[in-house]
This record gives sequence, C-alpha cells and structure tokens, in this order.
Amino acid sequence: MDLIANHITHRFGDLAVLDDVSFTVGAGEVVAIVGPSGCGKSTLLSILGGLLQPTSGAPELRGAPPSDSLNPLTFVFQDFALLPWATVEANVEFPLLHTQLSAAQRRALVDDALRRTGLTDFRQAYPKQLSGGMRQRVGISRALAVKPAILLMDEPLSALDSQTRELLMEDFVRLLADGGMGAVYVTHNLEEAARLADRIVVLSRRPGRIREVVTVPMTRAARGEVAAREKLLALQNQIWSLIRNEAIDAEREVQHA
Amino acid sequence: MLDRAGLPAKDEATRRVRFRGAGFVPASSRYGGWIALALVIAIWQAAGSTGLVNALFLPTPSAIARALYQLAVSGALWQHLSASLLRIGVGWMLGTAAGVAVGFAIGLSRLARSVGITFISALFPIPKIALLPLLILWLGIGEEPKIATIALGVFFSTAISVYSGVDAVPRNLIRMAQSFNVPFATIVRKVIWPGALPAILAGFRITASVALLLVVSAEMIGAQYGIGAFVLQAGNLMQTDQLLAGVVILSIFGLAVGKVIGWLETRLLHWR
Repeated sequence: MDLIANHITHRFGDLAVLDDVSFTVGAGEVVAIVGPSGCGKSTLLSILGGLLQPTSGAPELRGAPPSDSLNPLTFVFQDFALLPWATVEANVEFPLLHTQLSAAQRRALVDDALRRTGLTDFRQAYPKQLSGGMRQRVGISRALAVKPAILLMDEPLSALDSQTRELLMEDFVRLLADGGMGAVYVTHNLEEAARLADRIVVLSRRPGRIREVVTVPMTRAARGEVAAREKLLALQNQIWSLIRNEAIDAEREVQHA
Repeated sequence: MLDRAGLPAKDEATRRVRFRGAGFVPASSRYGGWIALALVIAIWQAAGSTGLVNALFLPTPSAIARALYQLAVSGALWQHLSASLLRIGVGWMLGTAAGVAVGFAIGLSRLARSVGITFISALFPIPKIALLPLLILWLGIGEEPKIATIALGVFFSTAISVYSGVDAVPRNLIRMAQSFNVPFATIVRKVIWPGALPAILAGFRITASVALLLVVSAEMIGAQYGIGAFVLQAGNLMQTDQLLAGVVILSIFGLAVGKVIGWLETRLLHWR
C-alpha cells in the first residue's frame, strides 16, 4: 500500500502553512520529513494520517493494505499519548477494543507487541511508573499491535534524552528492517533522518514547500558500518546546507512572535 | 585512580557552603492536628468549668457531649438525622445525575455548549435557597421543595465541574483514539470519562458542602424535623448545648462525606 501526498496545501486562517506538497511513500519505504521549525512538518503528518482536513489537495492511498492490518496508518506520537489511568497492557490493547477480535486474539496481539518492544515484564505498570523511553516503547507497542502498513511518527524521540534516543533508534531500525512496514518520520534531527530513512523530504520555511527529496544512497543495514558514517555525515551536511539559513530565519521569527 | 588533587589539607581553613533551603515543602505531622484539636477542647472545657466563659453562650464540650448522648438515647437524633439524610441523599443524587448529564453534553456538543453555558452562567450565581418559596408554591409544602432546592444547588456546581473536567481531558488523547478509529462512544467511555473523573470527584466535594448548606437552610425555613430545624429550635429556646450538638453532627457528617470522597479518589484515581 502506498501513501500519497497529493498537492496538499493548508492554511490556518490567514497563515499559509503548507503549499502544494506532493510525494509518495511506497510500501515498506521509510520517508523522513525535515525542515526548519514551523515549516508544517507535523501539520503535514496530521493531514496524511487523517487527523486534519487540508485546505486543498488530499492524502490518498494506493493499493490494498496487508490483510491482517487493523489500522493501516498508525501514529506514534511525540508526547506518547498514553492513557495515564491504564496499565501498559491496557494501553496497548486500547486500539483493539472496538475491533471484532476475540479476547484471546487481542491478548495474542498484545503479547506479541509487548514482546517486540521488550515490555513483557512491565505489562502491569502504569505510565507514571515508566521512564520517557519506556513510555515511548508503550506507544510503539500500541502501534505495532494494530499491524500498521505505515507508521506515522511525529518526532517520536524529541522528548527523550540522547541515550534513550539512541536505544529507541536501534529499535526503529530493527522493527523496520524487514520492509514489511513503511514509515513517515517527522524530525528536526538530521542524524535520525539519515539513519532511518530511504528518502528525505526537505521542506522550506513556512509555507512549507518541497525543496528537495534526497535519497539516502545505502541500505539501512549498511548504515551501522563505520565506513558508512562519513557518507551519512556528508549527507547530513548537504541537507543542513539546504535548510540552515531558513532555520536561522525561522528561529528569529519564533523569537519575535 | 580517584583524583584527590586539590582537596584541602587537614589543617587548611575552609568554609562550608551554607544550606539555603530546598524549597517550601510543608510536611504535615501525623498527630499534630489531633493534638491541636485536643488542646483547644481542653482549653475550652477549662474556660467553661472555671466560669471564665458563660455556659449559656458557649457550653462546655462535656455539656455538648451530654446533649448528644441524650439526643441519641431519646431517639430524637435519628429522627432529625434521618430526615436530613433523606433530603440530602435524594437531592444530591438527582442534582448530580442531571449535572453529570448536562456537563457531559456541554463538554461534548457545540449546540449544548452554546445554550447550556449561557443558562448556567445566568442561573448559577442565584442563591438557591432564595428559590425555596417559589418551589413551595410550585411543589407544595412537603419534602419536594427542599429536595428540589438541594438538587438545584448540586446541579449547577456538578455541571460546571463536569464540563470543566471534560475540557481538561488532554486533546492529544482524543486525537490518539481517533487515529485508531475508536468510535465516539468508546472515546467517551474510555478516554473522556476517566480523564474528567478527577474534576468530577473534586466537584463532589463542593456539592456535598452545597447540599449540607442547603438542607440546613431549607430546614430552618420550613421543616419540623431535620438537623437544621433542630438547631433553629434549640437556638430559639436558648438551649445552646443542644444547638452545638446539632452543629457537631453537621461537622461529623461533613467529615464523613469528605472521607468517603477521599476513599473514592484513592480507589479510582490511584493512577495519578
């Protein structure tokens, strides 16, 4: 199943946020979206996931999702969006409650999702008892439970410390390794984008337009090797040079706001 | 190896950095409140026993205890208390049920919000006891106008606390649920209701006080039985020990309600 951003334009009142953004995320592909602050990255992701109506254009799907997918487009939120009154297990089961699945089927999906994210021993814990990294693992586990075709990740690591970010990035690389699941990954962090994405969509300053789509010239598996680091760093520098001046302007604009 | 270079020699003069505090964190002592209460009662008793305070104006705690005991033994206590409890119970439940329903409607529906908030803003500030004569005209002399007064007082506070609670449910949780195509009814049941519960329970504390205030006021205006009627009657007869016994009953009732709500909070909001 492909996800297509088809000429998406969006305005909040008089404020133009996105201007004619078009690209396609192929099955199993990971596309990162980067750009200066306020360029509309998160707005674009909300539109792609059906949580915001664009002013014009539309998000579209091409092809059928995998037959076992319960929610083909599934978000992983920056702030985790966990139900604080529910245990880890109940949070992961939450999106399954309204489906036709039996209790045993739900249980099997929850068990599998918890196992894949290393949360099996924490199933009875409440979110407040967990670290930020563990909370985001619950968010990822919840997303995996519905067997998504494409994960929509809105800066999923930005609220976490650097060590936890690194550990979770390793998890993302592992979870996306087999190509069974694609992702749209919104981030400020160019290193994360270069590490995870097959292609990187670079947006301009508001209103966000596509400045460039950069293809990462190596497989994700190869990026862990020492020889690849230099190439990745060069790629990050190339993208940074594209957005640096606009990032400075955007920062000044935010300060003046 | 641990680098100890630069540490002062034994005979070298140093000054310790003064501790300047760790923020204001008032810790309550476990027995402090009880000790203070016992102390006040002891002073009060001594002041009355020694004739320092006229017993007609302020009877001693022991005299109040005796009055309470006599009330209990004679059965009058139960007669008055049961009348008040019935009015509070029925009035509070009616007001709460209506308040929760209207509060949720205002919290969830644009139409209900625009209509409901206007009416609530206009009617909430009215002292509900002022409506008792009108309610007597409408509903007759009996339990109904007193219960209706309590229900009205409880309704407005409950509706406000419920829609404030619904408003306070983090929007990201609702968006999360929508992103999983969770139906509206399930979102209300599994996200909005538990999310609003802290505010709703906090509202219960307020409405319990409102109900107590209104039942006493209503009973003082027109009732033969009830704690309010009893207190008024005792005041008219200058039986201040009986009057204060009634006040003690009200205080105990308020404390008991607070304990029940505290227990509910512990049970239902343990996740906080």
